[in-house]
Amino acid sequence: MSSTAIHHTLEHSGHGHDDHGHHHETFLTKYIFSQDHKMIAKQFLITGIIMGVIGMFLSILFRIQLGWPDQSFPLLETFLGKWAEGGRIKPDFYLALVTIHGTIMVFFVLTAGLSGTFSNLLIPLQLGARDMASPFLNMLSYWFFFIASVIMMSSFFIESGPASAGWTIYPPLSAVPQAIAGSGLGMTLWLISMVFFIASSLMGALNYISTILNMRTKGMDLWKMPLTIWALFLTAILGVLSFPVLVAGVVLLIFDRSFGTSFYLSDLVIQGQVMPQQGGSPILFQHLFWFLGHPEVYIVIMPALGITSEVIATNSRKPIFGYHAMVYSLIGITILSFIVWGHHMFVTGMNPFLGGVFMITTLIIAVPSAVKTFNYLATLWRGNIRFTPAMMFAIGLVSFFISGGLTGIFLGNAALDINLHDTYFVVAHFHLVMGSAAIFGMLCGVYHWFPKMFGRMMDDKLGYLHFWLTFIGAYLVFFPMHFMGLDGVPRRYYAFTEFEFMKEWLTVNTFVSWAAIVAALGQIAFLWNFFNSIFNGKKATQNPWQSNTLEWTTPVEHIHGNWPGEIPSVYRWPYDYSKPGHDEDFILQTTPFSETMSSNLPHDFEGNAEAERIQLEWERQHQAEKV
Amino acid sequence: MTAITMKNSFEQDRVNLRPKKFLMWLFIITSFMLFAALTSGFIVYTAGDPSRGIKMLLPSVFNYSSVAIILSSITMHLAYKSAKELKFSSQRLYLLLTLALGVIFFVLQVSAWKSFIASGVYFVNPNASQSFLYVLTGTHLLHIVGGLAVLINAYRGSVKNIVQYRNLFKMELASIFWHFLDILWIYLYVFLLLNQ
Ligand code: HEM
Ligand SMILES: [Cu+2]
Repeated sequence: MSSTAIHHTLEHSGHGHDDHGHHHETFLTKYIFSQDHKMIAKQFLITGIIMGVIGMFLSILFRIQLGWPDQSFPLLETFLGKWAEGGRIKPDFYLALVTIHGTIMVFFVLTAGLSGTFSNLLIPLQLGARDMASPFLNMLSYWFFFIASVIMMSSFFIESGPASAGWTIYPPLSAVPQAIAGSGLGMTLWLISMVFFIASSLMGALNYISTILNMRTKGMDLWKMPLTIWALFLTAILGVLSFPVLVAGVVLLIFDRSFGTSFYLSDLVIQGQVMPQQGGSPILFQHLFWFLGHPEVYIVIMPALGITSEVIATNSRKPIFGYHAMVYSLIGITILSFIVWGHHMFVTGMNPFLGGVFMITTLIIAVPSAVKTFNYLATLWRGNIRFTPAMMFAIGLVSFFISGGLTGIFLGNAALDINLHDTYFVVAHFHLVMGSAAIFGMLCGVYHWFPKMFGRMMDDKLGYLHFWLTFIGAYLVFFPMHFMGLDGVPRRYYAFTEFEFMKEWLTVNTFVSWAAIVAALGQIAFLWNFFNSIFNGKKATQNPWQSNTLEWTTPVEHIHGNWPGEIPSVYRWPYDYSKPGHDEDFILQTTPFSETMSSNLPHDFEGNAEAERIQLEWERQHQAEKV
Repeated sequence: MTAITMKNSFEQDRVNLRPKKFLMWLFIITSFMLFAALTSGFIVYTAGDPSRGIKMLLPSVFNYSSVAIILSSITMHLAYKSAKELKFSSQRLYLLLTLALGVIFFVLQVSAWKSFIASGVYFVNPNASQSFLYVLTGTHLLHIVGGLAVLINAYRGSVKNIVQYRNLFKMELASIFWHFLDILWIYLYVFLLLNQ
């Protein structure tokens, strides 16, 4: 197959603008069944935001229960009917809320909403491609995600309520309908929804990988790719390798639920009745789940880290510190994340030797994570920082990644984990390091690339308001949970009023609930800013952040195919900010070295002797003129 | 201007099939991971207790079905070679043979299930190692159904005399996928033989 010179159009004639060109678009093909990656990115983003709002609303409902367990809220009964009889949320429904909150946030917001949006937007734009490898598959990927979202939400409208076994759906609870109302039809819907979701993720990931490896513009070798692309690339690889394993786990669960097999079930007695299934192993499910589950948490955080790298470099007006180290640590995280899953299973009766092995691999994965953190700090160090809202969120991510990562090191210790497992300490850990950090990365990306997506700017003042409310709110919500966890307060409990030693935490819970409510209200600033700016924001210029990457060379008005003429070639890496000797503090990737003679450095030429000779010649002449 | 340039380069993207072929390889990696997970699951489960395990001899039907699918790989290769040499009628003939062998494989696998049942090895079974037999072969059969669809698609293209480069592309996709299914079955069979 001939395959070189992908983007090199053979003829380029004339200039001018012609944007009602090559094919006809209807409302349906432009906005609904669009195959244009920029539109699909917006579809993912807006669906992700809606799911995020729903997930947040669910968390406020269960925070009300945790903060005021003895109080009745008649309004709840009006909305929730029998699930909140007498104005108090029922225990079963509380578990359903926690389950769907976790599922929505991890999968629908921080996987599809984050990767889906930014992979679709940035991969073709930052690499210089007209579109994805398969635009059709890309469209399908969005619509599968949409269907998955609808099915997941539909479980709120059935008699027995949504799935209630936690986002990790451990059997036997998830496998036996008699065990809890949510394990009936609700669980079935959960499983169907996830099948669509996984299909969507895989279609997306296959497309991203193929596009990155095959469709880069001329000059864009792998080591000239922005870190966003590296992160999205490795995220997609993680998805391809880990989601099929979840499929295996889920398929066996479906057989256990619907066909009566016993892969996971054994020795169950429910309400005095012995269940027929014998011989299964519930631990098998945990292995299959966490083999996906741990890579999944990195699927969530890596795109956020990539976005942050880009935004921090741009707004510190400095090259990213340790570009190669950043890439290698992403690769390291990708590989290591497949051999640490056992740290979620330390207390399942695992062989202590095996526990030790998982402990060591877990602690090793902290190294590349720390490398990334130090590189962010070193990039910020003495930078010429511009505190745009995107930059604030990027710095927020670094803060959460540090404070949440530190507690990971405690949890990774097999002996300490005996105490800490399934307590609020774990909840604090992952909400900081994954929940807060990744959502900050996502918001950072939204603020930064909004002008690229919608051609308009978001309002800065609302952005700052949103940042401070969310940043302080998140710490006030999650930090106290460390102390609850250290005291042994278990997660996923309905109320703490029944146990003497937990009663003293009630005031803390009330405080946390208030903080959560305020932070949730803070999101209104974002929602208003986002939707209002789409229509009324200030018109964006082509390169509002004076950034180096290719997406800012496309016209503000979107066109199908991204660049009106030929796709630009790339000559340099993306981080030439504040390069000494250059008259501006940024140099686009499309600027050849021949136009920047005053700032070129010997290593820019990667050993090209001819270029070095020309440069020396130029410098000698220049010196002569000066004298 | 530009409308022409852009149209050209869209056209090139459409004609450039390498990224699309690459998608097929990536898909193969995902299904490989699925089977890696299932077989690892089998190992983890079976190692958990001495009362677990396949605990029977695999039926001899599997030998026949293995022969069928290996032969189908050979005919697939011949079909691809004929397509490359522009011998379209023999391309179609070999494709049909491959399809037929694929269907024979399918039927033989289903008859293997019948012989499982005859020897009292059911899907619903307190020894889930035996249920795994059904899951592994069944998941593979689902892939075979997909493979047959890809083959039919290639056959239809050839009958409709589509442009040669598209014809070759379809044939390439079909042969990559079909050989993968062949190798996958051999892997599964050897895996099961080692564990019987
Ligand atoms: C410094 C590196 C990290 C270490 C050593 C670490 C360690 C751990 C350990 C040992 C657990 C299990 C605790 C238990 O259930 O008893 C855990 C839970 C968790 N971690 Fe981390 N972690 C690290 C970073 C991260 C990152 C970067 C993320 C996500 C982006 C993350 C997300 C999670 C989640 C979601 C859970 C809880 C899952 C659940 O049970 O629902 N962790 N972590
Ligand atoms: Cu983990």
